[in-house]
Amino acid sequence: MTQKYQAQIYVTLRPSVLDPAGTAVQSGLSHMGYTNVDQVRIGKYVEVTLNADDEDAARQQLDRICDELLANPVIENYRFDLTGS
Amino acid sequence: MKFGVVVFPGSNCDRDLVWVTQGLLNQPTRLIWHEESDLSDIDVVVVPGGFSYGDYLRCGAIARFSPVMQSTLDHARAGKLVLGICNGFQVLTEAGLLPGALVRNRDLNFICDRVPLRVERTDLIWTGGYQKGQVITVPIAHGEGSYYADADTLNELEDNQQVLFRYCDANGNATPESNANGSLNNIAGICNRQGNVLGMMPHPERASDQALGCVDGFALFEGLLKAMPAIA
Repeated sequence: MTQKYQAQIYVTLRPSVLDPAGTAVQSGLSHMGYTNVDQVRIGKYVEVTLNADDEDAARQQLDRICDELLANPVIENYRFDLTGS
Repeated sequence: MKFGVVVFPGSNCDRDLVWVTQGLLNQPTRLIWHEESDLSDIDVVVVPGGFSYGDYLRCGAIARFSPVMQSTLDHARAGKLVLGICNGFQVLTEAGLLPGALVRNRDLNFICDRVPLRVERTDLIWTGGYQKGQVITVPIAHGEGSYYADADTLNELEDNQQVLFRYCDANGNATPESNANGSLNNIAGICNRQGNVLGMMPHPERASDQALGCVDGFALFEGLLKAMPAIA
Protein backbone atom coordinates (compact mmCIF):
# COMPACT_ATOMS: atom_id res chain seq x y z
CA MET A 1 0.00 0.00 0.00
CA THR A 2 1.73 3.17 -1.15
CA GLN A 3 1.33 6.50 0.48
CA LYS A 4 1.45 10.01 -0.91
CA TYR A 5 4.32 12.25 0.13
CA GLN A 6 5.04 15.90 -0.49
CA ALA A 7 8.62 17.06 -0.73
CA GLN A 8 9.77 20.66 -0.50
CA ILE A 9 13.18 20.69 -2.15
CA TYR A 10 15.69 23.54 -1.82
CA VAL A 11 18.51 23.72 -4.36
CA THR A 12 21.24 26.20 -3.51
CA LEU A 13 24.53 27.20 -5.10
CA ARG A 14 27.58 25.80 -3.37
CA PRO A 15 29.29 28.47 -1.26
CA SER A 16 32.34 28.39 -3.57
CA VAL A 17 30.26 29.33 -6.62
CA LEU A 18 29.77 33.04 -7.27
CA ASP A 19 26.17 34.20 -7.57
CA PRO A 20 26.08 37.34 -9.75
CA ALA A 21 22.25 37.36 -9.67
CA GLY A 22 22.29 37.38 -5.87
CA THR A 23 24.83 40.20 -5.93
CA ALA A 24 22.56 42.15 -8.28
CA VAL A 25 19.61 41.73 -5.95
CA GLN A 26 21.71 42.82 -3.01
CA SER A 27 22.70 45.92 -4.95
CA GLY A 28 19.00 46.60 -5.66
CA LEU A 29 18.18 46.24 -1.98
CA SER A 30 21.00 48.62 -1.16
CA HIS A 31 19.50 51.21 -3.56
CA MET A 32 16.19 50.77 -1.74
CA GLY A 33 17.89 51.72 1.49
CA TYR A 34 18.42 48.25 2.93
CA THR A 35 22.10 48.89 3.39
CA ASN A 36 22.32 46.39 6.24
CA VAL A 37 21.92 43.41 3.85
CA ASP A 38 25.29 41.66 3.73
CA GLN A 39 24.61 38.98 1.19
CA VAL A 40 21.91 37.53 -1.07
CA ARG A 41 22.16 34.05 -2.58
CA ILE A 42 19.50 32.85 -4.99
CA GLY A 43 18.48 29.21 -5.25
CA LYS A 44 15.56 27.14 -6.47
CA TYR A 45 12.55 25.73 -4.68
CA VAL A 46 10.88 22.62 -6.10
CA GLU A 47 7.72 20.88 -4.90
CA VAL A 48 7.43 17.18 -5.72
CA THR A 49 4.49 14.91 -4.89
CA LEU A 50 5.22 11.20 -5.08
CA ASN A 51 3.86 7.83 -4.07
CA ALA A 52 6.11 5.52 -2.08
CA ASP A 53 5.86 2.48 0.21
CA ASP A 54 7.19 4.34 3.22
CA GLU A 55 9.12 7.44 4.20
CA ASP A 56 12.51 5.78 3.78
CA ALA A 57 11.71 4.74 0.23
CA ALA A 58 10.47 8.25 -0.55
CA ARG A 59 13.65 9.80 0.84
CA GLN A 60 15.89 7.45 -1.10
CA GLN A 61 14.06 8.17 -4.31
CA LEU A 62 14.17 11.90 -3.73
CA ASP A 63 17.92 11.74 -3.16
CA ARG A 64 18.32 10.07 -6.52
CA ILE A 65 16.00 12.57 -8.21
CA CYS A 66 18.01 15.45 -6.78
CA ASP A 67 21.41 13.93 -7.52
CA GLU A 68 20.51 13.00 -11.08
CA LEU A 69 18.45 15.96 -12.21
CA LEU A 70 17.19 18.64 -9.85
CA ALA A 71 20.65 19.66 -8.63
CA ASN A 72 24.01 19.64 -10.38
CA PRO A 73 26.42 18.42 -7.69
CA VAL A 74 29.29 20.30 -9.36
CA ILE A 75 27.76 23.66 -8.46
CA GLU A 76 24.75 23.03 -6.22
CA ASN A 77 23.66 21.52 -2.90
CA TYR A 78 20.15 20.43 -2.03
CA ARG A 79 18.04 19.54 0.98
CA PHE A 80 14.38 18.65 1.32
CA ASP A 81 11.56 18.49 3.82
CA LEU A 82 9.14 15.58 3.50
CA THR A 83 5.59 15.34 4.71
CA GLY A 84 3.11 12.48 4.32
CA SER A 85 -0.55 13.10 3.71
CA MET B 1 33.32 12.21 -42.99
CA LYS B 2 29.69 12.28 -41.94
CA PHE B 3 28.44 14.90 -39.52
CA GLY B 4 25.33 14.57 -37.40
CA VAL B 5 23.90 17.72 -35.87
CA VAL B 6 21.62 17.11 -32.89
CA VAL B 7 18.37 19.05 -32.79
CA PHE B 8 16.59 19.54 -29.45
CA PRO B 9 13.44 21.58 -29.05
CA GLY B 10 15.01 25.02 -28.69
CA SER B 11 18.25 24.39 -30.58
CA ASN B 12 18.96 27.33 -32.87
CA CYS B 13 22.48 26.93 -34.23
CA ASP B 14 21.83 23.57 -35.90
CA ARG B 15 21.33 24.94 -39.40
CA ASP B 16 24.38 27.19 -39.16
CA LEU B 17 26.41 24.04 -38.51
CA VAL B 18 24.88 22.22 -41.47
CA TRP B 19 25.75 25.22 -43.60
CA VAL B 20 29.40 24.83 -42.57
CA THR B 21 29.83 21.05 -42.73
CA GLN B 22 27.65 20.46 -45.79
CA GLY B 23 27.61 23.82 -47.49
CA LEU B 24 31.25 24.84 -47.06
CA LEU B 25 33.02 21.54 -46.39
CA ASN B 26 30.92 19.43 -48.77
CA GLN B 27 30.56 16.65 -46.22
CA PRO B 28 27.41 14.58 -45.80
CA THR B 29 25.49 15.94 -42.83
CA ARG B 30 22.19 15.09 -41.28
CA LEU B 31 20.10 16.66 -38.58
CA ILE B 32 19.39 14.23 -35.73
CA TRP B 33 16.10 14.81 -33.91
CA HIS B 34 16.48 14.41 -30.14
CA GLU B 35 14.20 11.37 -30.07
CA GLU B 36 16.46 9.42 -32.44
CA SER B 37 18.97 6.98 -31.06
CA ASP B 38 20.72 5.38 -34.04
CA LEU B 39 23.99 7.24 -34.66
CA SER B 40 25.78 4.34 -36.33
CA ASP B 41 26.22 6.22 -39.62
CA ILE B 42 27.75 9.31 -37.96
CA ASP B 43 31.46 10.10 -37.56
CA VAL B 44 31.17 13.43 -35.75
CA VAL B 45 28.24 14.22 -33.47
CA VAL B 46 27.76 17.97 -33.03
CA VAL B 47 25.61 19.26 -30.18
CA PRO B 48 24.73 22.79 -31.27
CA GLY B 49 23.96 26.03 -29.51
CA GLY B 50 20.53 27.27 -28.54
CA PHE B 51 18.21 26.77 -25.61
CA SER B 52 17.55 23.04 -25.45
CA TYR B 53 14.25 22.30 -23.72
CA GLY B 54 13.98 26.00 -22.98
CA ASP B 55 17.06 25.77 -20.73
CA TYR B 56 14.53 24.86 -18.02
CA LEU B 57 15.93 23.90 -14.62
CA ARG B 58 19.54 24.43 -15.76
CA CYS B 59 21.09 24.90 -19.19
CA GLY B 60 21.46 21.44 -20.70
CA ALA B 61 19.96 19.61 -17.73
CA ILE B 62 16.93 18.13 -19.47
CA ALA B 63 18.63 17.55 -22.82
CA ARG B 64 20.99 15.16 -21.13
CA PHE B 65 18.24 12.56 -20.71
CA SER B 66 17.06 12.54 -24.32
CA PRO B 67 17.49 9.34 -26.38
CA VAL B 68 19.99 11.04 -28.70
CA MET B 69 22.22 11.94 -25.76
CA GLN B 70 22.25 8.36 -24.48
CA SER B 71 23.55 7.34 -27.92
CA THR B 72 25.98 10.25 -27.92
CA LEU B 73 27.44 8.91 -24.66
CA ASP B 74 28.03 5.55 -26.37
CA HIS B 75 29.49 7.33 -29.40
CA ALA B 76 31.94 9.20 -27.16
CA ARG B 77 32.82 6.13 -25.10
CA ALA B 78 33.68 4.32 -28.34
CA GLY B 79 36.32 7.02 -28.91
CA LYS B 80 34.41 8.74 -31.70
CA LEU B 81 34.22 12.50 -32.06
CA VAL B 82 31.73 14.69 -30.21
CA LEU B 83 31.69 18.49 -30.44
CA GLY B 84 29.52 20.64 -28.18
CA ILE B 85 29.19 24.35 -28.92
CA CYS B 86 27.69 26.85 -26.47
CA ASN B 87 24.48 25.17 -25.21
CA GLY B 88 26.05 21.98 -26.58
CA PHE B 89 29.00 22.48 -24.21
CA GLN B 90 26.53 22.92 -21.33
CA VAL B 91 24.78 19.69 -22.36
CA LEU B 92 28.08 17.78 -22.47
CA THR B 93 29.02 18.91 -18.95
CA GLU B 94 25.57 18.02 -17.63
CA ALA B 95 25.90 14.62 -19.30
CA GLY B 96 29.24 14.05 -17.61
CA LEU B 97 31.18 13.81 -20.86
CA LEU B 98 33.17 16.86 -19.81
CA PRO B 99 34.06 17.98 -16.27
CA GLY B 100 32.85 21.16 -14.58
CA ALA B 101 29.83 23.34 -15.27
CA LEU B 102 28.86 26.58 -16.99
CA VAL B 103 27.38 29.16 -14.65
CA ARG B 104 25.99 32.67 -15.00
CA ASN B 105 28.36 35.24 -16.50
CA ARG B 106 30.29 37.22 -13.91
CA ASP B 107 29.14 40.64 -15.03
CA LEU B 108 25.38 40.12 -15.14
CA ASN B 109 25.00 40.41 -18.88
CA PHE B 110 24.23 38.25 -21.83
CA ILE B 111 27.34 38.67 -23.96
CA CYS B 112 27.04 38.85 -27.74
CA ASP B 113 30.44 39.77 -29.07
CA ARG B 114 33.48 38.71 -31.02
CA VAL B 115 36.33 37.85 -28.69
CA PRO B 116 39.95 36.80 -29.05
CA LEU B 117 40.84 33.24 -28.06
CA ARG B 118 44.26 31.69 -27.61
CA VAL B 119 44.73 28.21 -29.04
CA GLU B 120 46.50 26.25 -26.31
CA ARG B 121 47.54 23.08 -28.09
CA THR B 122 47.45 21.80 -31.62
CA ASP B 123 48.27 18.11 -31.33
CA LEU B 124 44.60 17.14 -31.11
CA ILE B 125 42.29 16.60 -34.03
CA TRP B 126 40.21 19.64 -33.11
CA THR B 127 42.97 22.20 -33.34
CA GLY B 128 45.41 20.77 -35.88
CA GLY B 129 44.47 23.57 -38.26
CA TYR B 130 45.87 26.23 -35.92
CA GLN B 131 49.28 27.25 -34.61
CA LYS B 132 50.07 26.84 -30.93
CA GLY B 133 49.48 30.17 -29.20
CA GLN B 134 47.60 31.56 -32.20
CA VAL B 135 45.02 34.24 -31.37
CA ILE B 136 41.76 33.77 -33.22
CA THR B 137 38.58 35.83 -33.12
CA VAL B 138 35.33 33.93 -32.65
CA PRO B 139 31.83 35.09 -31.66
CA ILE B 140 30.33 34.29 -28.28
CA ALA B 141 26.65 34.64 -27.35
CA HIS B 142 25.66 33.42 -23.91
CA GLY B 143 24.35 34.39 -20.50
CA GLU B 144 25.65 31.32 -18.69
CA GLY B 145 29.08 30.55 -20.06
CA SER B 146 31.33 31.11 -17.09
CA TYR B 147 33.33 27.93 -16.65
CA TYR B 148 33.42 26.55 -13.12
CA ALA B 149 35.04 23.46 -11.63
CA ASP B 150 36.37 22.66 -8.17
CA ALA B 151 40.07 23.21 -7.54
CA ASP B 152 41.02 19.54 -7.97
CA THR B 153 39.19 19.24 -11.29
CA LEU B 154 40.74 22.49 -12.50
CA ASN B 155 44.24 21.26 -11.62
CA GLU B 156 43.56 18.00 -13.38
CA LEU B 157 42.41 19.83 -16.52
CA GLU B 158 45.55 21.94 -16.56
CA ASP B 159 47.90 19.04 -15.74
CA ASN B 160 46.45 17.00 -18.59
CA GLN B 161 46.40 19.97 -20.97
CA GLN B 162 42.68 19.65 -21.57
CA VAL B 163 42.16 23.37 -22.07
CA LEU B 164 42.15 24.02 -25.82
CA PHE B 165 40.90 27.62 -25.94
CA ARG B 166 41.29 30.51 -23.49
CA TYR B 167 39.84 34.02 -23.53
CA CYS B 168 42.71 36.45 -24.04
CA ASP B 169 43.57 39.96 -25.18
CA ALA B 170 44.64 40.85 -28.73
CA ASN B 171 48.22 39.85 -27.90
CA GLY B 172 47.29 36.45 -26.56
CA ASN B 173 47.58 37.26 -22.87
CA ALA B 174 44.92 35.54 -20.78
CA THR B 175 44.30 38.47 -18.43
CA PRO B 176 41.40 39.07 -15.99
CA GLU B 177 40.26 41.98 -18.20
CA SER B 178 40.08 39.79 -21.31
CA ASN B 179 38.17 37.08 -19.47
CA ALA B 180 34.84 37.71 -21.15
CA ASN B 181 32.52 35.95 -18.69
CA GLY B 182 34.56 35.26 -15.56
CA SER B 183 35.51 31.69 -16.45
CA LEU B 184 38.04 30.09 -14.12
CA ASN B 185 41.50 30.17 -15.73
CA ASN B 186 39.95 32.06 -18.70
CA ILE B 187 38.64 28.74 -20.00
CA ALA B 188 36.65 28.96 -23.24
CA GLY B 189 36.92 25.35 -24.41
CA ILE B 190 38.04 22.01 -23.01
CA CYS B 191 38.33 18.44 -24.15
CA ASN B 192 38.03 15.18 -22.23
CA ARG B 193 41.10 13.26 -21.14
CA GLN B 194 41.09 11.14 -24.32
CA GLY B 195 40.69 14.20 -26.55
CA ASN B 196 37.75 12.95 -28.62
CA VAL B 197 35.14 15.18 -26.94
CA LEU B 198 35.40 18.98 -27.24
CA GLY B 199 33.15 21.55 -25.60
CA MET B 200 33.46 25.29 -26.19
CA MET B 201 31.31 28.35 -25.52
CA PRO B 202 32.52 30.32 -28.62
CA HIS B 203 30.84 29.63 -31.96
CA PRO B 204 33.32 28.53 -34.66
CA GLU B 205 30.39 27.88 -37.03
CA ARG B 206 29.58 31.59 -36.94
CA ALA B 207 33.12 32.37 -38.00
CA SER B 208 33.44 30.07 -41.00
CA ASP B 209 31.76 31.76 -43.95
CA GLN B 210 33.57 34.72 -45.52
CA ALA B 211 30.18 36.41 -45.92
CA LEU B 212 30.08 36.88 -42.14
CA GLY B 213 33.37 38.75 -42.09
CA CYS B 214 35.42 36.32 -40.04
CA VAL B 215 36.64 32.82 -40.84
CA ASP B 216 38.84 32.02 -37.84
CA GLY B 217 36.55 29.17 -36.80
CA PHE B 218 36.68 27.32 -40.09
CA ALA B 219 40.08 25.72 -39.44
CA LEU B 220 38.49 23.68 -36.67
CA PHE B 221 36.13 21.96 -39.13
CA GLU B 222 38.66 21.80 -41.97
CA GLY B 223 41.21 20.32 -39.57
CA LEU B 224 38.94 17.36 -38.86
CA LEU B 225 38.97 16.38 -42.53
CA LYS B 226 42.71 16.77 -42.86
CA ALA B 227 43.34 14.76 -39.72
CA MET B 228 41.08 11.90 -40.73
CA PRO B 229 41.49 11.52 -44.50
CA ALA B 230 40.43 7.86 -44.26
CA ILE B 231 36.86 8.84 -43.56
CA ALA B 232 36.94 12.22 -45.28
